[in-house]
Amino acid sequence: MKLITVAGPPSSGKTSMLLRVIDWLKEQGLQAGVVKFDCVASKDDERYRAKDVPVLLGLAGNLCPDHYFVTNIEACVRWGQSLELDILISESAGLCNRCSPFIRHALAVCVIDNLSGANTPTKMGPLLKQADIVAITKGDIVSQAEREVFQYQVRKVNSKAEVLQINGLTGQGKERLGALLKQAQDIDTLEGRKLRFSMPAAVCSYCLGETKIGSDYQMGNVKSIAIPDVPRPEVS
Amino acid sequence: MTDSIESITILGGRSKSGSPEDVNLRLVPGHLVAVVGPTGSGKSRLLADIEYIAQRDTPSGRCILINDQPPAPELRFAWGRKLIAQLSQNMNFVMDATVAEFIAMHAECRDTRFEEAGLANLIDSVVAQANRLTGEPIVSDTPLTALSGGQSRALMIADTAILSDSPIVLIDEIENAGIDRRQALDILVQNQKIVLMATHDPILALLAHSRIILKSGGIADVLRSDEGESELLEELQKADAAIMAVREKLRRGERLGSAAFKIS
Repeated sequence: MKLITVAGPPSSGKTSMLLRVIDWLKEQGLQAGVVKFDCVASKDDERYRAKDVPVLLGLAGNLCPDHYFVTNIEACVRWGQSLELDILISESAGLCNRCSPFIRHALAVCVIDNLSGANTPTKMGPLLKQADIVAITKGDIVSQAEREVFQYQVRKVNSKAEVLQINGLTGQGKERLGALLKQAQDIDTLEGRKLRFSMPAAVCSYCLGETKIGSDYQMGNVKSIAIPDVPRPEVS
Repeated sequence: MTDSIESITILGGRSKSGSPEDVNLRLVPGHLVAVVGPTGSGKSRLLADIEYIAQRDTPSGRCILINDQPPAPELRFAWGRKLIAQLSQNMNFVMDATVAEFIAMHAECRDTRFEEAGLANLIDSVVAQANRLTGEPIVSDTPLTALSGGQSRALMIADTAILSDSPIVLIDEIENAGIDRRQALDILVQNQKIVLMATHDPILALLAHSRIILKSGGIADVLRSDEGESELLEELQKADAAIMAVREKLRRGERLGSAAFKIS
């Protein structure tokens, strides 16, 4: 089974795009399933179920979503294997962008949309930088010049990835993405494999559920913001 | 490789109802083609097929050949493919930048390297070209998102004409935006390009060397314009000039007499 990690900001069009690609894969005789990771709520599992795509939904709730992902993905892989899927797609929203749910040797796809602003690619960190494929959506809403500029901004952050323009409504571009997924390498187990990027150094009192504000309540990994000294008025 | 386009060929697929299209249309540089048909007849789909260089893998099942060949995948998908410039129906900019910043960014990503003076010249010439198309002048430090529909469209056309050196130009509806359509077409149809234009405008449609007729998602016919149509075009252009003259007077705030509309 192949494991594909797909990540991108909420509403960037991941699910619409994947539904199209999964259709295409089905035409090629490949059975794909999806694990949808989200924070608070999602109805995307219904969209997959409506098209007979096997789907698991995982809501991180008050846990760090990428921690939740990494502690559960192995079990999800076993689930996919038990269903004898050819491809398991792990789909998650970009979340905090500080880390990314990309795993070494599992094909990593970042989804980003043309409407998100020309500077967004530079703000996305490892989510964009570490992807093997960058799928840019919603190109039909902007002019060609803006598409070119946006793609160029993506390119500046990640020069290695294959960049695709995909239309989740019409499916334009799904064939190329599908072909790339088809070529992804198979994995047997995730045991001992590595994330592409480390999770943020965490564990302060707030990670553990503290809600009160004040230095008395801060413990563990705490970092202070640099604030320049405010010059005091001369006292004569 | 992307510069040496000798032809594009449209091989028919099927209409929305599944009936086959009997089409094998080869277009060469210098050719201006109109795409006509009612709203929903599939004009945008045809342009999208060409833009995607479809290989019987889009809903229409059409196949597009470049120089009589299917394109190599790197030509079809790779970053930096500059074969086709597209002017879409979407009139508004969403990017948070000024007109000048936008032109500079677009120039940079088209791999055009400029000295500072050269870049300033380029910005001036795109803005000047845009201003020839619209009655509401654009200045280069205006935010893109503050441009009107007509201004946005004029800027996009000028940008496409000057910054995109693509040998194939696709235009989806350039009318209805308060811009000079004839002038817009003139600057887009630079020498030796293949231009396809979806249009409802009779003058633009008759200006084309040939026109593709679409019905319910399929290419129903391809007509070459004839002598009779050329004569008709002249008449329509005179009438259009007369309407433009009236529009200009109204815009200047003049009161019009019953003789204000004169076809000369």
